[in-house]
Amino acid sequence: MIADVITPEEIIKTGTIVFKKTENINEGALSYCPGCGHGVVHRLIMEVVEEMGITADTIGVAPVGCSVLAYEFMNVDMQQAAHGRAPAVATGIKRVFPNKFVFTYQGDGDLAAIGTAETIHACNRGENIVIIFINNGIYGMTGGQMAPTTLEGMKSSTSPYGRDVHNAGYPLKITEMVAMLPGVCYATRQAVHKPTLVNKTKRAIQKAFENQRDNKGTSIVEVLSNCNSGWKMTPEQSNIWLEENMMTYFPLGDIKK
Amino acid sequence: MEELKLMKGNEALAEAAIRAGADAYFGYPITPQSEVIEYLMVQRPEKRTGMVVLQAESEVAAINMVYGAAGAGKKVMTSSSSPGISLKLEGISYIAGAELPCLIVNVMRGGPGLGTIQPSQADYFQAVKGGGHGDYRLIVLAPSTVQEMADFVDRGFELAFKYRTPVMILADGAIGQMMEKVYLPDPKPRLTDEEVIEKHGSWATTGRSGRKQNIITSLNLKSEVQEHHNQDLQAKYKEIEAHETDHEEIQCEDAEYLMVAFGTSARICQKVIQLGREKGLKLGLIRPITLWPYPTKAIEKYAGKVKGFMSVEMNAGQMVEDVRLAVNGKSPVVHFGRMGGMIATPGEVLNAVENHLKTL
Repeated sequence: MIADVITPEEIIKTGTIVFKKTENINEGALSYCPGCGHGVVHRLIMEVVEEMGITADTIGVAPVGCSVLAYEFMNVDMQQAAHGRAPAVATGIKRVFPNKFVFTYQGDGDLAAIGTAETIHACNRGENIVIIFINNGIYGMTGGQMAPTTLEGMKSSTSPYGRDVHNAGYPLKITEMVAMLPGVCYATRQAVHKPTLVNKTKRAIQKAFENQRDNKGTSIVEVLSNCNSGWKMTPEQSNIWLEENMMTYFPLGDIKK
Repeated sequence: MEELKLMKGNEALAEAAIRAGADAYFGYPITPQSEVIEYLMVQRPEKRTGMVVLQAESEVAAINMVYGAAGAGKKVMTSSSSPGISLKLEGISYIAGAELPCLIVNVMRGGPGLGTIQPSQADYFQAVKGGGHGDYRLIVLAPSTVQEMADFVDRGFELAFKYRTPVMILADGAIGQMMEKVYLPDPKPRLTDEEVIEKHGSWATTGRSGRKQNIITSLNLKSEVQEHHNQDLQAKYKEIEAHETDHEEIQCEDAEYLMVAFGTSARICQKVIQLGREKGLKLGLIRPITLWPYPTKAIEKYAGKVKGFMSVEMNAGQMVEDVRLAVNGKSPVVHFGRMGGMIATPGEVLNAVENHLKTL
C-alpha cells in the first residue's frame, strides 16, 4: 500500500515520515525478552486506539504475569488487576462508564487458569469489552511453569518430563469454549510471528474495538505468541516451534464472527 | 424532608445507598445480608438514580468489580457476610494498596468455615487487624441500630473519598435482620461523569485527555518505592486516627464498672446497665462506633478509676485485646461472650459482671 503512494525517492528525501511509532506507546524499553510477541501486540492495540481516535476514552486493565507492567508501556489510563480478575475489573469500569472503551490484556495463566470464572462470566454477561488474550503455553513471568495451555508432552519447569494429560489434564481451548456463549460476538485466534499475521492481528483487534463501539458484546482476540525464554529456544527456533506445534493444536482463524 | 419508615437493617442500608448517590453496587447473595441486593433490585435504582446494581458470579468477582469502578472515580460498594468477606480479602488488600475509595459491608455470621447463619461478631480481628495481606487498615464503622445502618452509608462514602481508602461497615446478622423505625436521609444526586472527572480526574482512570495517563496499581517492584508507599499509607492512617475516632458513652459519669461493647452487644449492655442499676450496681458502657481507629483514649480515661472492665462480644474474645491495650493494666479487664450465633441475654451478662465484681 505504502509503495503505491510514496516513491523510493520520496522515502529517501529528508523529512518524509514513512513510519512513526504511535504516541500511545510510552518512551523507554519494554521489559519483555527480546524475541517475545508481547511488544508487537502492545503496539497493535495502541495503534488501533490512536487510529480510531479513542485514546481519551480508552481504559485498559493489566493482568498479573509477564505483562503486569503493561501500563508502563501503553500510554492510556490503565488499572492493574489482581491475578485473573481483569474481566471483573473491566466489568466494574465499563458498567460505570458505558461510553468508554475498556479492554483487558491477559496471559494464559491469568485468563484460562486462575481467572477462568471471571473470563467465562464476563463473556456470558456479554460485557461490552475487548479481551486480548496472549497464549504462549507457559508461565513466563514466574520462570516457565506449566500453563493451562501447555501442549501435551511439552516440557516446563513443573512438567519436566512433558505434560502428562493423565496427571495435569488437557491444554485448554478457552477461546473455543467462550465462543459458544451468546454474549460473545467475536472470538478469533491470531499470531504475530510473521508480518502478514501481524497485519491480520491488527485487523482483528480493530474489529474487536469496533464491536465495542457498536455495543455488540464481548470480543476476545487470542494471540499465539512465542516464549523463547520459557521454551528454552532461540527466537527463530521458537517461531518455528510455534508454527509446527502450537498452531496445530490451536488453529488460527475466526472461531465466531 | 427526612422520611420515617419501618425497615430491616439490610433494607435501610440499601435504601441509604441509593440516597447517598452511589454509582454502583456489586454483590453476591449470602445469608444474612441478601436483602441488600434484593431490595436494590426491586427498587430499580438504574431508573431512580442511574445506579448500577449487578449480581456478580462470586464475591471475588464482586470486589474486583468494585476495584475497577472505584478506580474509575465512581462511588461504589459491595456487601457480604463473613465467609464472603474472607473471599473478598484479596481484593480489599489491593483496594487499600491502590488507595481506592469504596464501601464494604459485612453483616457478620458465626464461623469459622461455613459456620452458622446466625449473628456473630467473630470477624472483629479480620476487619480491624488486617484480614488481607500487607500493612493496611480499614476504617471500620460499627452500627448498633437500623438508623445507623442507614446513616453510616453516606458517612462511610464521605470518609472513603476524604482519605481515598476503603471503609467497612461491620454489622451483624441481628442488626441486618431486625426491623426498627428509621429516618431515611435526604437523597443526594449522583455525580455526573463531568463532575467525576473534575473531582477525581487527577488520579482516577477517567480517560487520558489533556493530562498524563493515570494508573491504578498496588505494584511497586522496587523495595525503596514500596517502602515509601507504605510510609505514605501509615501517615494517612495516623491522620485518620487523629481525626475520625468515634464512640458513645452511656452512663459512664458515675459508673463504678464499665462494659465495652459494639453493635448488637452494645444494645444488650444497655439493658444490663438498667438491670444492674436497679440492684444498686453503677454500671456504664463505652460503645466504640469506629472499631478502627479504636477509641483507645476514651477507655484510657477511665482506666484505674473504675473497679473493672468487661468486653462484651459475640465471639471468643477479640476486642478485649484492644480494651486491655487501652486500660494498660490499670484496672482488671475480662471478656464475656457467646459464640456460634448465640446471643447473650442481659441476665447472663449481669451475672458475669456480678461474678467479676466479687473477685475485685
